Amino acid sequence: MVRLFGPLVGLFFAVALFWSFGNGAYVAMTEEVPETAEEMFHKHPEEVAFSFDSAMGTFDKRQLQRGFQVYKEVCANCHSLKHVTFRDLAAIGYNEAEVKAIAKQWPSKAQTFDPKTGDRGERTNLPSDPFPAVYYAGQGVPPDLSLITKARHGGPQYVRSLLAGYAEQEGYKNEQGIELLKKFPDAKTPDGLYFNPYFANLNLAMPAPLVSDGQVTYSDGTSASVKQMSTDVSAFLAWTAEPKLDKRKQTGWAVLGFLLFATVLAYFAKRNVWSNVH
Amino acid sequence: MSFPWAQEYKPVNPLMRYLDERLPLPRFVYNAVGAGYPVPRNLNYMWNFGVLAGFALVMQIVTGIVLAMHYAANAGVAFDSVEHIMRDVNWGWMLRYGHANGASMFFIVIYIHIFRGFFYSSYKAPREMIWLLGVVIFLLVMATAFMGYVLPWGQMSFWGAKVITGLFSAIPFVGEPLQQWLLGGFAPDNAALNRFFSLHFLLPFVTLGVIILHVWALHIPGSSNPTGIEVKTESDTVPFHPYYTAKDGFGLGVFLIVYASLVFFAPNLLGHPDNYIPANPMSTPAHIVPEWYFWPFYAILRAFTYDFFIIPAKLMGVLAMFSAILVWFFLPWLDNGPVRSGHYRPLFRKFFYLLVIDVLVLGYCGGAPAAEPFVMISQIASMYYFLHFLVILPIVASIEKPQPLPFSITESVLGKDKSAVLRPEMSSTPATA
Repeated sequence: MVRLFGPLVGLFFAVALFWSFGNGAYVAMTEEVPETAEEMFHKHPEEVAFSFDSAMGTFDKRQLQRGFQVYKEVCANCHSLKHVTFRDLAAIGYNEAEVKAIAKQWPSKAQTFDPKTGDRGERTNLPSDPFPAVYYAGQGVPPDLSLITKARHGGPQYVRSLLAGYAEQEGYKNEQGIELLKKFPDAKTPDGLYFNPYFANLNLAMPAPLVSDGQVTYSDGTSASVKQMSTDVSAFLAWTAEPKLDKRKQTGWAVLGFLLFATVLAYFAKRNVWSNVH
Repeated sequence: MSFPWAQEYKPVNPLMRYLDERLPLPRFVYNAVGAGYPVPRNLNYMWNFGVLAGFALVMQIVTGIVLAMHYAANAGVAFDSVEHIMRDVNWGWMLRYGHANGASMFFIVIYIHIFRGFFYSSYKAPREMIWLLGVVIFLLVMATAFMGYVLPWGQMSFWGAKVITGLFSAIPFVGEPLQQWLLGGFAPDNAALNRFFSLHFLLPFVTLGVIILHVWALHIPGSSNPTGIEVKTESDTVPFHPYYTAKDGFGLGVFLIVYASLVFFAPNLLGHPDNYIPANPMSTPAHIVPEWYFWPFYAILRAFTYDFFIIPAKLMGVLAMFSAILVWFFLPWLDNGPVRSGHYRPLFRKFFYLLVIDVLVLGYCGGAPAAEPFVMISQIASMYYFLHFLVILPIVASIEKPQPLPFSITESVLGKDKSAVLRPEMSSTPATA
């Protein structure tokens, strides 16, 4: 029975697939796929080396502190960081007093609610508080940044390229020298959006946050070019997304060392056991 | 059951003797995976993967139970509770990465185990029942993995749940009510998340039960082997312990090295970035893709792009996707030639390697965006997939002239077998027990 019906079922699926294939092939041959502005002008993130890229690499705490400063002075005006608490900053080299001061001076406050009176209020942030929510009145919803480098293809490289990659749309050419607005006059960025070739559909609601060199004054004397600030804040956001990265790799080497040793022993044990059989 | 020369359990320690007379659990273990189970002496490393799959399941159960202690199955907090595990729970990041990558390792191992079965025709009599139970285990593991991926309640969790449960809506007449009944609502929400959590916790234990049946069924005829000929004499076998415990121990070490490399150095390599965005019913991701281990079947699902007579394309895709696995249930009867091992089946072997390439191509297309040329490639590849199992294998089984088999397992290992001279009548007698 199986050998009778089996081939019939197989042929049924094969014919149905051939029908789909034939139709698809006909469409592919007769209809031209229109070129899109996204396809021709979307750029992949620039390659940038971060200290934590390799299997041995760890976070550079000075860079994370510079990145935190950029977050604090620029990004935090619109973007929250709700999975991170102030005391987590101890891991990037701030001492207890500094963490307390950062929490206390943070401009947006922790929300309170008194169940007896129903009153809502505010209080100063404590080190154990997560970074408070940010209320944004403008267009769009600025995403929480805690996980942003893990939530985007390209990770910190993408975030960095996006931040440093805003461009003037007028006269913008891609690598083949094709001018965007000449090729696609309809692709003009609508009002309220901003042109950035690293963004998937080329236009995003966020205006360029890092506009001029020296926008942030680094306390360690590093010159704060737009690229430098973008790189630093991307590294900081890689840390907020994966705060256990250093410990993870460190543990990994210990585990791998043990496993390699145990596996070599297991190999010789196997050879020993089998020596009288072969 | 075992071969007559199987060693008998003889407890020396008075406590073990006492136990053996009342509850012979040590005897059971001894006969199952100890010196009391004679195994063909010529098994290669392809025979490691059953044990590895069992190990992977245990890893998943152990890490999963601890994760469940910290996870909250509620649509409002599920995503944040996973981040809580990653940040605040001691070694929580290791548990979660271990569990997520453990699923991938489980599937790598299972796929190798299944393709080992294809190549050596391990499904042929008298081992059909082992194979059928194996397919049941595979279906259970797929269901468990799918529901587990929904639990972090990220964008891919949500939209994956929506797409997969949406498949049921393709069934004529009862489809839509069935989908709503499965989800407990019109779209995935708290009800769906809660039941997926409940079932994700339950199914691994059901799987464990079926694995016990799978191993039980294995112990009736005993393990197959690379020559595909049955065990005839004692010299064809070695006791499971210490020979295969030692060999599996080395295999396990290699498995753990690969697993640890993933967990500690590339924990998000096999995941999708969109699942770090909280579920948002109002925003559809550009490309909804399942986890990599579903890609071949996802490619088959999406290969049907045009209605076939009265059958809508979506229903065809769903039928084909489920048939792609269900066809394995009929394999023992579709491929019923007398010779098992692919080593002695030159024609079958060519088609086997073609199938391996075909499934890899399907996997690649399943992970790619639903655009040309991937759709057309997956249509050709799906066509071959069904023709391979349902048309080519039966034809190959009837026209193929297998190469000569060695007289015995012993002869295949040592180049000679003394019993071949002494007892030539054995060559036509299958092993009895």
